[in-house]
Amino acid sequence: MTLMKSFAAGAVAALMATAAYAECEISSGNVNVLANDFPALKAITGTAAECASGGATISANHNKDFRNITVQALTPNPAEYTSVIVANSSIVPLLNEGLLRPLDDLVAKHGQDIPKNQLITIDGKIMAIAFMANAQHLFLRQDVLDQVGKPAPASWEEVVETAQAIKDAGIMDHPFAFLSMSDWNLGEEFVNMYLGHGGEFFKPGTAEPAINNEQGIATLNMLKELVALSNPDFLTYNTATVVPIWKSGDIAIAQLWGSSGGELLSGEGAEEGVAENTVLVGAPTVAGGSTPASSLWWDGFTIAKNISDEDAEATFLAMMHGTSEKMVTANNDAAVWLMESYVPGPAAAGVAATASAGAEPYPMLPYMGLLHQAVFEELPDFLQGNESAEKTLADIEAAYTAAAKEAGYL
Amino acid sequence: MSTSVADRRSKGLIWFTTSFVVLWIFIAAGPFLWTLWGSFKVQPDFFSKTDWRNALYGVMTTVQTGSAFTGDGYYGAWVEQEFWRNTINTGIVVFFTVVISLTLGTLGGYALARSGFRYAFWLLMAGLVFRAMPHITLVSGYLLPFFEWNVWGKLSTTIIVLVAINQPFTLWMLHSFFLNIPKDMDESAMVDGCTRFQAFRYVIIPVMWPGVITTGLFSFLLAYNDFAVTAVLLSSENQTMVPRINSFLGTVRETGDVMFAVAAVVSAMIPLFFLVLFFQRQIVSGLTAGAVKG
Amino acid sequence: MKHRTFFWFILPSLAAMFFFIALPIVSVAVQSLFVEHEQIMTEVENCGPFKCETVLQVDNEATAALREEAPLGRFNGLGTYTNRKHLAFEQVGVAWNETETFGEFMSELINLPFYKALFFTLTYTAVVTPFVIFLGLGVALAVNTLPRAIKGPTIFVSLLPMIVTPLIGALILFWMVDADGIIGATLQKIFNDPNLSLKASTPLTWMMLIVYGIWSSTPFSFIVFYAGLQTVPKETLEAAKIDGASRWQSIRYVVVPYMMPLVVFITLMQLMDNFRVFEPIISFSASAKATSLSWIIFNDLRGGDIQLFGSAGATSILTILGVAILLTPVLIRTWRDFNQKRA
Repeated sequence: MTLMKSFAAGAVAALMATAAYAECEISSGNVNVLANDFPALKAITGTAAECASGGATISANHNKDFRNITVQALTPNPAEYTSVIVANSSIVPLLNEGLLRPLDDLVAKHGQDIPKNQLITIDGKIMAIAFMANAQHLFLRQDVLDQVGKPAPASWEEVVETAQAIKDAGIMDHPFAFLSMSDWNLGEEFVNMYLGHGGEFFKPGTAEPAINNEQGIATLNMLKELVALSNPDFLTYNTATVVPIWKSGDIAIAQLWGSSGGELLSGEGAEEGVAENTVLVGAPTVAGGSTPASSLWWDGFTIAKNISDEDAEATFLAMMHGTSEKMVTANNDAAVWLMESYVPGPAAAGVAATASAGAEPYPMLPYMGLLHQAVFEELPDFLQGNESAEKTLADIEAAYTAAAKEAGYL
Repeated sequence: MSTSVADRRSKGLIWFTTSFVVLWIFIAAGPFLWTLWGSFKVQPDFFSKTDWRNALYGVMTTVQTGSAFTGDGYYGAWVEQEFWRNTINTGIVVFFTVVISLTLGTLGGYALARSGFRYAFWLLMAGLVFRAMPHITLVSGYLLPFFEWNVWGKLSTTIIVLVAINQPFTLWMLHSFFLNIPKDMDESAMVDGCTRFQAFRYVIIPVMWPGVITTGLFSFLLAYNDFAVTAVLLSSENQTMVPRINSFLGTVRETGDVMFAVAAVVSAMIPLFFLVLFFQRQIVSGLTAGAVKG
Repeated sequence: MKHRTFFWFILPSLAAMFFFIALPIVSVAVQSLFVEHEQIMTEVENCGPFKCETVLQVDNEATAALREEAPLGRFNGLGTYTNRKHLAFEQVGVAWNETETFGEFMSELINLPFYKALFFTLTYTAVVTPFVIFLGLGVALAVNTLPRAIKGPTIFVSLLPMIVTPLIGALILFWMVDADGIIGATLQKIFNDPNLSLKASTPLTWMMLIVYGIWSSTPFSFIVFYAGLQTVPKETLEAAKIDGASRWQSIRYVVVPYMMPLVVFITLMQLMDNFRVFEPIISFSASAKATSLSWIIFNDLRGGDIQLFGSAGATSILTILGVAILLTPVLIRTWRDFNQKRA
């Protein structure tokens, strides 16, 4: 599938480039897009590049470490890039530094058809146009669940129970997996689970941490119960590790990004019977709560502040074309698109269920990244059984406080 | 006779050294033979979760492609992903880095070896401190000025940075080579009326090649394998091989094309094979001339 | 050599190092004394595809005004160096006062990120460096006794671990040591323990990193030693033989002393490189069990969305100091040699 996926995206982009129709022509201006490196975003920039036929220059830089250079790239005047494709977390440093251009004028002029739910507004100003959604949710093996006679788990407690039943039945040694690598991934699992417990990350109206509480302890204990059912190598598990294990049929329940859905359902490279029995359901709730223990993510495009109005307009037009109906139709299953022309396929079921169950968006706070980082620095000690939950939470708060003081938030 | 003592022992010794060398070769080359073999399989075989022996026999490869060997990884990397572009970029970066490094290094190393003043020693020490600076901090510091001056993402910028980062090692190494070239050679030339530069040009340059070639090889490896600098300072169309291979490995939310990476790694090693075979003699003779007495 | 000539010869090299290393080091050192301005935040309403909420955002205009006044930020002195992310004086003091035994104090100390990293970094350096030197010398001596015809290919194969980029070399090994990989599965069989996993246990992860470090650095010391062996004067060896020295004795008393300058060179480079160990920790995803100073810097700059330049700068300066301390004995030796040569 991976082979197919990138091949398909490449082929589509090539096809579009050769068949550049006159439906989008920008006569002048400079468009340069900085984006992460995965097929759905390449489809967008590839489609946007069609607009170059009128004389504008349109180029894109796809780099998986793009967020390391965004701030520096947009600071000079004129900025290196006219647009950056961001997610709810990577937009934050750009907002903090005030490097993004409010899009209200451009939307009023060229984008009146954009549905309201695609507009990211901050303090009443449109700062980004979202085009796709993502979230972590459960992937299940129906055949294994049937073997132990359990329904699809709706809460994390049921996940633990079901996984334990699978383990006790001797079907699998480590029936569960999630993205628990001791980097950004592990922080995300904490954030998801803490949101599910209804926790608040900060004291209201301040940047002071507030995770050392009942919900924090419950979150940590739930994570520990889960890793006990996961492979002992869990601290090295990211998407690239877990997806092949799923395909080999060695896990029955996993919490993965929705964007892995297409690959796992297609079954390329998978053992027989795995793909057919793979079911995507929404993220479970936890501790009797009603919101799923997962966070919602969007990806969207922004436009740099330090560029000429002409370039900004050209960029906006090109990106509008890049996210147009044409692109969605050609790449319908490459992502969960937010555009109206999108026809949700089976791979989108999990994300849709998670969103409609009322999951919280990932907090778009200036200092959230620092807390996220402090979490994954300190959490492994607890998961490996080296210290108590209270001590770990205190360590997280201490690590966050030191970083936040340096960054000027405390 | 005393020689016979050594000779008598040498049978056991030969057995011992031979088995030691065989073991070492196995340890040094094993992972690469494994990778070479595996690069012709599909991902579920090479990274098999079911049974590692699948990588030997290609069970899934047979299921998916009909044969136990497949060139899909190579096709994907070279044709679909146009890995050859990155090869060209690497070629440019490596060539200029080595040439410029050596030019600056020979001049500086020669001066340090011939100076004899205390400041020469302190310059060498400063070089060590410079070398101790973690590259990742340096690179992050470059970003803002490079964007301001509009030189970010260009091959030439990366070349200059690599040359600079590599200078301390080059200076140290070449300095010790020049120490071994007798002072009388260039000094007698100067007595005959040459300037210092002429002495360097006509007397030293002809005899310095072994040292220069060895140092050049280390510069080559540094530029060829660099990730810290190239990953951050190059835009995607100028990317060299190593960051490109890294980009095959996927992102937080998506799996990548790991087999493309494996095939690309094997491909990237081929030039190194020839290079090392070709320069093997020079590495040895070069180091012999220099570092020993350094 | 005249000062003037010296200057012109060294100028290009010095200029490159000055602009791209010395200046950045100075600016990093200066930056590490400052922290960011206080971020002035206001409550705003944020709306996205999923919902609207009231949150704090940085007030760009007010912050920009502060920045205009003092571009470097607020002066913090050595505050960054002594905070919890670095030397953590306060926390160490508390731990010292509140713990009963030395063991407890150590476990409190290891709980602090800097000391945790320092502990692994020093262990790694202390183990890998001597191993690399001895193994490299051993391989060089062994290869030197081989017949001419197979010497060439052997040298080539011996260089393999060095010539492949660490990022990828470590990645392939990481797959091989997986519980389902060839090495991992073989080890499980040897120790008859189906749950053995090199990735799951802290001591085994350390061993894995150290073995990788030795494996990847040995070729460097091998090639330098091998070259050195070619220059040991044949007459001296012959003379030793005639005096009745065994092969071992002639190695111990003739070859090794002759190679001392090389040992110094390799030690210098290896101490420095091992102290900055970084790539294997990333490639082996080992950061939960082993961190190094370079990893801390990486994490400050690349770990999350917000880059902490001051913090990374402080750790970098501490790394340089650490390297300087480690190298002192070797440098004193070089200084003596240098003065002898002048004499």
